This record gives sequence, C-alpha cells and structure tokens, in this order.
Amino acid sequence: MRRLRLAPEDTSIPFMSGRRWALGGSLAAAVASLLLVAVLGLNFGIDFRGGIMIEARTPGAADVRQVRGAVSDLGLGDVAVQEFGRESDVLIRVEAQPGDGDAQMAAAAEVERALEAEIPGVEIRRVEVVGPKVSGELIWAGALALAAAVGAILVYIWLRFEWQFSLGAVAALVHDVVLTIGVFSLVRLEFNLSIIAALLTIIGYSLNDTVVVFDRVRENLRKYKQKPLDEVLNVSINETLGRTLMTSATTLIALIALYVLGGEVIRGFTFAMIWGVVVGTYSSVFVAAAVLLRLGVTREWSESGDGPGGGAGVQFGGAQV
Amino acid sequence: MLQFQTWKSALVILACLAAVVFSAPNLFHSTVQRAEAAREAMAEGAEGPGLEAAASAWPDWLPSSVIALGLDLQGGAHLLVEVAVEDVHAERLEALWPEARQALRDLREQVGPFRRLETDDPGALTIRLEDPAGAEIAAEALRDLAQPVSGGLLGPGGPDLAVSVEGRDVVVRLTEAAKAAMDERTMAQSLEIIRRRIDETGTREPTIQRQGEQRILVQVPGVGSAEEVLSLIGRTAKLTFHLVESATGDAETRTGPNEILVPSAEEPGRFYVLERRALVTGDRLTDAQPGFDPQTGEPVVNFRFDAAGARRFGEVTSRNVGRPFAVVLDGEVITAPTIREAITGGSGQISGSFTVESAQELAILLRAGALPAEITVLEQRTVGPDLGADSIAAGETAIVVAFLAVLAFMGASYGLFGLFANLALILNVCMLMALLSVIGATLTLPGIAGIVLTIGMAVDANVLIFERIREEAKRAKGAARAIETGYERAFSAIVDANVTTFLAATILFSMGSGPVRGFAVTLGLGILTSVFSATMVTRFFVAQWFARARPKTLAV
Repeated sequence: MRRLRLAPEDTSIPFMSGRRWALGGSLAAAVASLLLVAVLGLNFGIDFRGGIMIEARTPGAADVRQVRGAVSDLGLGDVAVQEFGRESDVLIRVEAQPGDGDAQMAAAAEVERALEAEIPGVEIRRVEVVGPKVSGELIWAGALALAAAVGAILVYIWLRFEWQFSLGAVAALVHDVVLTIGVFSLVRLEFNLSIIAALLTIIGYSLNDTVVVFDRVRENLRKYKQKPLDEVLNVSINETLGRTLMTSATTLIALIALYVLGGEVIRGFTFAMIWGVVVGTYSSVFVAAAVLLRLGVTREWSESGDGPGGGAGVQFGGAQV
Repeated sequence: MLQFQTWKSALVILACLAAVVFSAPNLFHSTVQRAEAAREAMAEGAEGPGLEAAASAWPDWLPSSVIALGLDLQGGAHLLVEVAVEDVHAERLEALWPEARQALRDLREQVGPFRRLETDDPGALTIRLEDPAGAEIAAEALRDLAQPVSGGLLGPGGPDLAVSVEGRDVVVRLTEAAKAAMDERTMAQSLEIIRRRIDETGTREPTIQRQGEQRILVQVPGVGSAEEVLSLIGRTAKLTFHLVESATGDAETRTGPNEILVPSAEEPGRFYVLERRALVTGDRLTDAQPGFDPQTGEPVVNFRFDAAGARRFGEVTSRNVGRPFAVVLDGEVITAPTIREAITGGSGQISGSFTVESAQELAILLRAGALPAEITVLEQRTVGPDLGADSIAAGETAIVVAFLAVLAFMGASYGLFGLFANLALILNVCMLMALLSVIGATLTLPGIAGIVLTIGMAVDANVLIFERIREEAKRAKGAARAIETGYERAFSAIVDANVTTFLAATILFSMGSGPVRGFAVTLGLGILTSVFSATMVTRFFVAQWFARARPKTLAV
C-alpha cells in the first residue's frame, strides 16, 4: 500500500550549515517588522483604540460612499467604511468620542439612526462600542498576557531542559510574534483582541514544534556523546522532520478550512494563525536550533545518572513534569 | 509486550461511552432546549399539548446538558457597566452634615461659631471653626457620631469615620474599612436591582455578574439593541415627590436654602423651584403598573404606596389642596399636577407624555427600585440574531470540512494506524463536546476556532507516536517492540509539547474576557482530551488489533 509521505524516508539535510543565512534573514525580517510597526503603526481595532464599530447589511449591493457620507455628516470625527466579506455588507468604524462610555453609546445610536434613515431596509448586524477606559486596560492586559506566556515558557523549558534550550525557544517565540505583528502592520489588517489570542496560540504552537525538536536533541545528545553539536542538531531535525511537516499540514488544513469557510468575523484571527504556523515551523529549526548551536550546551547532565549503554531509555522514567 | 491493563481498558471504554452519550444531545440542540424549556414551564404550572409534545421529544432520562451558545452565536447584547460607588460615599457625608451640625451646636460654648466649608474633595466633610481652640473638642464630638463598620463574619469592625484637625478645620472622612463595606453593599444592591429590572422584562437566561471592584457585566441574549438594555439598567430611577414653589424659564434662578431648581423633562427650558425636602420617595412604592388614563386614554403609570407612604402622602395632600406638586425622576420633573383633593388611598397615577413602551418601562423601573449609585457604560457589544446564525452555519461547515480533510489526510499517511487515529479523533471531538456540555461552558465563535484548531493539532500526539514507531520499526526490532518503544519514547515529547500549549491556554483564560476566554476553554480542554485520546484511546485500539492480528512486520 502506498502511503502519503511529506518527507522522504531518510533525510539528512544539513540544516545547520545554512543557519547563518537563516538567522541573518530572520534577524533582518524581525528588524524590518519592528521598523514597519514604528513607521506605519498598527491598524488598531476599537478594542485597543476605543470607538464604535458597526456591521450593517444593505438590501442590495452596498454603496460604500453613500454610507460614508451619511455617517460623516454626523460630525463624529474619523469615519472608516469598508466592504465586509460580501458586497452587501459594510463595516463602519467611528473614532472614539470625547467623553465616557455613555458618549460613545449615544454616538453609536446616532449612527444607527442615520443609517436607517439613509438606507431603508438596512439591517444592523453587529454593534461594538468600547469606551476609553476599557480600551486602555485591554492593551495592557494583552501585553501582559503575552509577557506572562513567554515568561512561563522560559521557566518551564528551563526546568525541563537547560537554560540554552530555554533561550533558544524564547528567541523563536519572540521571532514569531514580532514577524506576525510586522505582517499585520504591512497588510493593514485590523489588530484587535482576537489577534492577541492568535499570538498566544502561535506561541503555544511554535513552542510545541520547538519542544519536539529539542526533545530529540536531548535524546541524541545522550546517544551520540562524541558527535559535535551541529551534527546532533541536524540528525535530530531530520529525524523529526516527518512529524514536523505532518502536524503543520494537518493544522494548516484545519486553519485553511476555517479561513475560507469560517466567516468574515474571524478571518483576521485565522490569517494570523496560518501565518504563525508557517513561521513557527520555520523558527523551530532555523531560530531555536540555531540559537542553541550558538549558545552551545553543557553535556555534563547527559552523563549524570545514566547507566551504561543507553541514556535514551532513562529519560522516560524521568517524564517528570 | 503490548499489554493493556484491564483497568485502563475499562477507563478507555467508559470514557468513550460517556463522551458519546454526553455529547449526543448537542446534535439535537434545539429539540433538547425546547424540551428543557417546556419542562421548566410545566414545573411552574403551565399546561398545554404543545408543551407536553415538546417535553416528550427529548425524554428526561437522557442527558440533557447542551453547550450554551455565546452571544456572538445566538445574538444578544453585552454591556459592561461601572457603578459610581464614590457617589455613595459623598451621600453618606452629606447625610452626616445635619447630625454633625446638631452635635456641634450642642457644644456651642466650647466650640464657638462654625460653618461648613465647600471643598473640591467629595470624600471629605470640612467644618471651619472661628476659634481653633475648640477644634479638638469638636473633633471628639464628631468622633462620637461614628458607627462601627459591619465587618461581616469577623464581627463589628472599627469606626466608619476618621476625624482629623487641620488648623482651624475639622475634617471628617470615611475610613477605608467603611468605604470597602459601603462599596460591597452598593455593588450587591446594584446587582440585585439590575437583575430585578431585567427579570421583569421576562428575558430568558440573562447573565448578570460582578466583575472586579466596581463593574457589572450584563449579557442579555436575544435582544437586538444594547440601547434597550441600557435604558432599562442605566437609569437610576430615583423617584421623589416635592411641593412646587414656582415655575420659571430662567435656568439661573436663585433658590433659597431649602429649595432646589429642577428642569422639566417635557419642556426644554422650563424649570421648577421645588421644596428641597421630598414629600415621599420611591422606596415607599409597593407596586407600579402601566395603564391608561380613563378620561384621555393616554398611557400612564399607576402606583401604590406602602402604609407609611400612603399616610404621609395623604397628610401632605390634604394640607396642600390647590397647590401643584412635582413628580421628579432622576433630577427631572416628569409632571407637576395640581392637587385637587387629598389623596388618601395610597395610590396614584403618573401621567406625562408617555408612550405605551415608556410607561411600561417606567413601571418596571419603579417596581425594581432605584439604583444606589449612577451607572456608566464602559463597553458594549451587540450581535444581531442573523449574524449569529450565519456564524454558526459558517463554523459548522468549517468544522466538518476541517474534520473530513484531516481524516482523509491521516488515512492516506498512516493507513490502518491512521484509521485508529481517526477513530480516536472522532471520539476526541465527542469528549470535547461532552466536557463543554457538562461543565456548562459557553461556546463562542472563537471557541469554534478553538475546536477546529484542536482537530488540526489533536493528531499531533498520534503523529509523534506513529513517526516514532516507524523509526523503531526501521531498526528491525520486531513489530511489538517497535510499537512499545514508539509509545514510550514519544511520551516525553508529547508531555512537553502539550504542557506548553496548555500554559498558553491557561494564561489566555485568566487574562482574557468574553470571546477570548471561550477560545481558551476549548483550546485547553482540547489539549487534555487529545492527549488522552492519543496516549490511551489510540493505544487501546492498537493493542486490541495487535492481540488479534499478531503481525510480524509493521506497515505504519
């Protein structure tokens, strides 16, 4: 029976020999991302900026200009109108109003009334209003969540492996997060609370990948005590390549289904996830492992406690969490 | 070598059975919900063939917990409001002033002349003495006005007032303990009143919960606009009756010390000068109902006072026949009719220019009582029912397609073992659904995304194992040994990989709100079930198969 194989049976691709190029490229991409964010900024959604967002469906094809005109006439400041998913749907965003949440609510009601007057039969599908107080807190909570996740992971990997592994993993995570934020800045997709959720999931996913590679590195370090580190890394990456590609593929399949079929509301989220899975898979090899190689590992621990003839079996007794 | 202990087999079989049984009701989501609603209605005494038919459509011995849908899926309004608890502090100090004045007057010889100083600090009552010599005595007298803070289980706490002397000024402030106790009370009252108001409208399953120090989250399913909810919960609904001194068009009218100037709700630019002291307040109401004026046919609100309120209202109206009195709601005069005769029956009627809806709403507000403090909106999210239905449909399609694609992919990659993994994946999704139903989690759109992602990532543990078995098989170890070591050696990678993702999900849960939390819940539970299904369920299948087939070589 023929089987689908994403990676050939036995690969021995010298991943680590290309590491300088890869690391350099990653570094350049990360710097470019930061520059993009610094120059262009992010297209913050109302979660972080405060303001009003209204999704409406018009009876026929929506006339974006007409909608913009109707809302702009209210004199509520910056108004952005865009088509949303299909031609009858529009998404209207109005900047935060001076004053507290009640002022925002009043403005939202005004917009709704203006739409209903301008376009008979319009259906208001979604209204979101975020006051200035909450939006400030949400940014803070989001940043805190990311920092907490990275911190917790740093500690966990450190406990389970060695500090070099920990730094390698975190370098890969930061790389993934920075590149994702950069892409959001570049394509001007809305950056909102669900993107923070996506970033956290990307962290989880990318780490998943990195840990699988590292786990094999740890095993192989015990097995091939005399092999230079870069060879051990190469062997480990090659051995886990089938799994890496397979899991990325199934996850991507699910995400693409969600992206295409899941509706407009979560499209930004799924876009971030798809990007994150690709970048995360790349970074497990070319950032995490490359950083590990750069830092080197102390191999004393691989000898301590291992009986003769096989470090490999011992670690399982040590599935200590 | 591929031994599977009996208790493990039992655990796997039981878990799978439970997963199927408890997730099944979700396939018949609306039937189950209708049956539950019908049973509830019948328990409360409702009858009808429709109800019985609905109830019998899903027998009550079957498990009937289904996953609750979030507001973004079923449509509804979500409001986060903040209660101005500081208002109550200021009120307490305001109410203290007459008492304090009396106490100091009683000690006039020692304290000397004094007056209240208006300051910018609403948290302090400042009294200025002509003669600083009396300050300590005054402070001592004011300290006697303090009451012990009710300390809950710990018995009475310290005093509720802190009095300090600052030169010629004696400053009274609330202690931190008093503020905390007061805030607790304010929040409890606000929650209760908001709940009553929303319950009065007959909405099904609203969520009203406290968030943090001074916030309340209100979620009302099935409501098309948050404004509707806000007009119901956002109003303080403080009702008072005052005698009218005069009416004026001048907003700058100077009022005497015992008078207040209140704008009219009906006519902009019209103001009433009222007696500061209220004749009766809204907390004396026992009932309020919308109705129609028998003469004009206009919508009105009929109300009834309790005994004390009725007596007081009777006395005042009999003494003031011919004078107008004002009905004041939240600082606006709704109506100011003239007293034609003494109103002794304890019931009356408020007319203004009401519509049927606004009369209905005011009646609800009056019945539920006034909020102890003002409420402001911090955040609002409303989803229309159509968008919700579209999101569910889109989510369902995405789940099904993702599911089929992953199944096909796994089958093509691992053959028979892929089939085992697929069976485990199906059971895994059942387990996830069952868990979500049983713990009463709410499914949101991001939650659906979490499920889809779980489907994609759940196979990871299996992939790790299978790839490992492949490797071990290449080393020509014999089938049993390859499977055994494959499982063993993949285990540490599985643990590490999933613990880290689980960490991320936990952080997401603890920091996120609403939809993000929904995502964290499905992702976190999905990790648990997928680890279980890979390490136990798939393994069980493999063990069963191996015991029967006894293959010499492996084709993973």
